[in-house]
Amino acid sequence: MGLLQSITASEFWQKHIYLNFIAKDRWKYLTDGLQNTIIITIGALIIGIALGAMVAVVRVTHDKAGRPGIGLRLLNLVCKVYLTVIRGTPVVVQLLIMWFVVFAAAKPDQKLMVAIIAFGINSGAYVAEIFRSGIMSVDPGQMEAGRSLGLSYGQVMLRVIMPQAVKNILPTLINEFIALLKETAVAGYIALGDLTRGGDQIRSQTWDAFPPLLAVAAIYLIMVMLLEKLGRTVERRLAQSDRG
Amino acid sequence: MIEVKGLQKKFGKVTVLDGLDITIHRGDKMVLVGPSGCGKSTFLRCLNQLEVPDGGEVWFDGQLVNGRRTDINALRRRMGMVFQHFNLFPHLTVKQNITLAPVLQKLKTQAEADERAVQLLERIGLADKADAYPSTLSGGQKQRIAIVRALAMDPEVLLFDEPTSALDPEMVGEVLQLMKELAASGMTMVVVTHEMGFAREVANRVVFINEGKVQEDEPPEEFFSNPKNPRLKDFLSKVL
Repeated sequence: MGLLQSITASEFWQKHIYLNFIAKDRWKYLTDGLQNTIIITIGALIIGIALGAMVAVVRVTHDKAGRPGIGLRLLNLVCKVYLTVIRGTPVVVQLLIMWFVVFAAAKPDQKLMVAIIAFGINSGAYVAEIFRSGIMSVDPGQMEAGRSLGLSYGQVMLRVIMPQAVKNILPTLINEFIALLKETAVAGYIALGDLTRGGDQIRSQTWDAFPPLLAVAAIYLIMVMLLEKLGRTVERRLAQSDRG
Repeated sequence: MIEVKGLQKKFGKVTVLDGLDITIHRGDKMVLVGPSGCGKSTFLRCLNQLEVPDGGEVWFDGQLVNGRRTDINALRRRMGMVFQHFNLFPHLTVKQNITLAPVLQKLKTQAEADERAVQLLERIGLADKADAYPSTLSGGQKQRIAIVRALAMDPEVLLFDEPTSALDPEMVGEVLQLMKELAASGMTMVVVTHEMGFAREVANRVVFINEGKVQEDEPPEEFFSNPKNPRLKDFLSKVL
């Protein structure tokens, strides 16, 4: 008891810990912010994977077709423009355009949704290239075997190629997940209360920058380390099933 | 049953098939031989449009196979294919490999397809492997399962593209044995192979393809004992 009392009575505790995290329930900035960060990341990941998979299939189908039809050529062009524009501009700029231009009519309580869409569209461009390499890594004999049994291109793609492609790219996909998590830190640019902004708001109230920002950094680091551990586990499992 | 007229195929500037004509009858066991790169595999792959010909026609039961409006999937259901490298689906169990195509195409319910798969696996003595993954099987087992996968579609003809070339020597026998049984059951078969013993024993026609054309098309006795084409004589002297 004596030790605890002497800690809470110390100047360090009072000035740096109590004031930044306990007084006026300031810890809530961090927990609420963390919640938003996780929601944005997972939402954007789902959009990114769906969008990325579709774009990758269009690109691969186009590149493999000897004489692609006009519809496919058009779709491929749209995908190429999407990839070039999204990968060629900063995600912060995309986020600002999304909030202030594309969804200018959106209400403040829809901000989270807009952020999910913006980060999802951004992530989709990177995931598309990951998926594309995954599809290309599957033996062409798989497509031939599927087609020789009378299955359509789409059926073989969905049931034979994609499951193998996803297995091949899972570790890379987890890296994209990590990158996305860290990139959402710019959500504060549209005044969205994510983890980074939560810490920054504490700083602006207490004028004691180091403790809240250190806490924010530590939380990101822990999440990334957990995801990296997940990645290693997945990789080990996959290696085992390959040895059969 | 299958009629091929003036089939042409080029890869870049190399002409692989140069106006090939042949007719395959129901019940034929046709073995195609020839030096590497002579176009026998390409010919086989043109039959079910895995390779799109640059010219000529392939007719299957009165339907143009390489027509613009042909429902190629419907035709492929009736022509099974067995590949050199088996091409089993590694993420699916043996049973799922066999039932995927009939079920997805709504030809059978999952229960019906499962029943047929077990029946076929029992026939080749691999019923205990139904729930195993392909990576746990030997090459010979994989190829026999690939044959069963094609059979599960109840095809009218089976195309074999060098089915034993990727196998260890001691596993060739079990695959050839299954192919002999299929031949005895009356299945129409077109086989690209280097197994001259199989050609002698099972084929009713042995076809020599060279320079993109059919050079010789004879019953095996005649083909091996009395070759007429000088290139075939030369080829046989090297492989026999």
